[in-house]
Amino acid sequence: MRAQFVLSEILTGLRRNLTMTVAVIVTVAISLALAGSGLLLRKQVNLMKGYWYDRVEVSIFLAEDVTEAQRDSIQDDLQALPEVERVEYESKADAFIRFKEQFKDSPQLVENASEDALPESFRVKLEDPEKFDVVASAFAERAGVETVLNQRELLEKFFKVLNGLQLGTLIAAGLQLLAAAFLISNTIRVAAFSRRRETGIMRLVGASNLYIQLPFLLEGAFAGLIGVTLAVSLLAGFKVFLIDKLLRTSITATAFIGWDAVWAVVPVLLLLGVGLSAVASFVTLRKYLRV
Amino acid sequence: MIRLDNVTKSYPNTPKPALASVDVEVDKGEFVFLVGSSGSGKSTFLRLLLKEESPTSGSVHVAGKDLARLSHWKVPALRRTIGCVFQDFRLLPNKSVFGNVAFALEVIGKHRQQIAKVVPEVLDLVGLEGKADRRPDELSGGEQQRVAIARAFVNKPMILIADEPTGNLDPTTSVGIMKLLDRINRTGTTVVMATHDAAIVDSMRRRVVELDAGKVVRDQARGVYGYSK
Repeated sequence: MRAQFVLSEILTGLRRNLTMTVAVIVTVAISLALAGSGLLLRKQVNLMKGYWYDRVEVSIFLAEDVTEAQRDSIQDDLQALPEVERVEYESKADAFIRFKEQFKDSPQLVENASEDALPESFRVKLEDPEKFDVVASAFAERAGVETVLNQRELLEKFFKVLNGLQLGTLIAAGLQLLAAAFLISNTIRVAAFSRRRETGIMRLVGASNLYIQLPFLLEGAFAGLIGVTLAVSLLAGFKVFLIDKLLRTSITATAFIGWDAVWAVVPVLLLLGVGLSAVASFVTLRKYLRV
Repeated sequence: MIRLDNVTKSYPNTPKPALASVDVEVDKGEFVFLVGSSGSGKSTFLRLLLKEESPTSGSVHVAGKDLARLSHWKVPALRRTIGCVFQDFRLLPNKSVFGNVAFALEVIGKHRQQIAKVVPEVLDLVGLEGKADRRPDELSGGEQQRVAIARAFVNKPMILIADEPTGNLDPTTSVGIMKLLDRINRTGTTVVMATHDAAIVDSMRRRVVELDAGKVVRDQARGVYGYSK
């Protein structure tokens, strides 16, 4: 039967070109693992944004010489703002407790600090974190206010770094994919050359184009598929060892991506890997296996 | 069956055309020798019939089809109506005699039962009964060419093209091959054979078309090889 014939052609073809096939598989696997990491990183960033933006507050630090009346009026005005969800006052004593808690691992720092060095503040939770400007413009210049600090801005800097990292990963993945495409194309060229006798006879006896090219296409796609499988295993490995075993246990301040995110990436990688090899093979074959 | 109308074929970067205003018509069931020195255009002639090349001008008709109008994807169907035999046999060294002939049917999608039935028949026809399991390198040159002929003929083509089929064989073996081609011709298959072998052409007394520098200089029924050489 035809299917059996084609299948045996694929396997002999892959075996004949073993070193090249391995090179293709490894390149595809690495490039796709990188691409997958980039996609997962983005999901992680989005997850962290959601998690932390829910919790960020605007801090209004009060000046050293703030009067009681000033403080009370600031609090009243804050509570009157429709954008404000909740206002909490943090006294110097509260701030010091929090400071001690935050830096409990560095006792020297705590010893050298005193309650007086820390400013009192209002912790403001906004209905919509985007509305920071309303609060900032209303209170920054006000008597008794030292500074208005938006935690979100700090986070944004952090996310900018993560986004840069993600972009870098995706660019590296793209370059790797390009290399993989060239490698596949080269492999097919070598395979076509080593089988020119067979393909020449096939052409002469009137085998269809598809029939002549299919084994090469499938070879490329098959190698791509193994590459995808390896890439998915690598990602699953990352998830288990890096995220679940290491990060999740040491960093509790955020949520981490679950298996659903990993599975969601699989079809993308599959499409990318198999599609890439098929396209690279196809283009090469059009050039080197013309009827 | 085959008609070339005013066919000219020029290759890029060569000043003289390989074929110049060639008009040849071959009827169904004919046996035609294509003779001429190397570079006279014999191979180009044969390649045009297979649509491996397209003419620069003029038209080529094969089996009732105008090859210029034949779309790219129909070329395989054309080639299934044409069997090809070459000087260098072009067998697959890692396949048996049976495998080599069966390969031609496998790659056009024939079923295994049919292959198992047809291949032994054609091996009998070419005189290779009992040698189905041999490898090409275990066979003599003449036997290898018989395998190639079996492969070309197994699909019952309307036309058999032979490009110097006896070029690598000694005279006695060549006679055997010619007898075989003659037998195939008698089944109604049109045979076009390019050759250098004057003795064969002279003994067969079939139609001879002589090419010289791309032009038909002689077209003779029941001809001989030629005057020179």
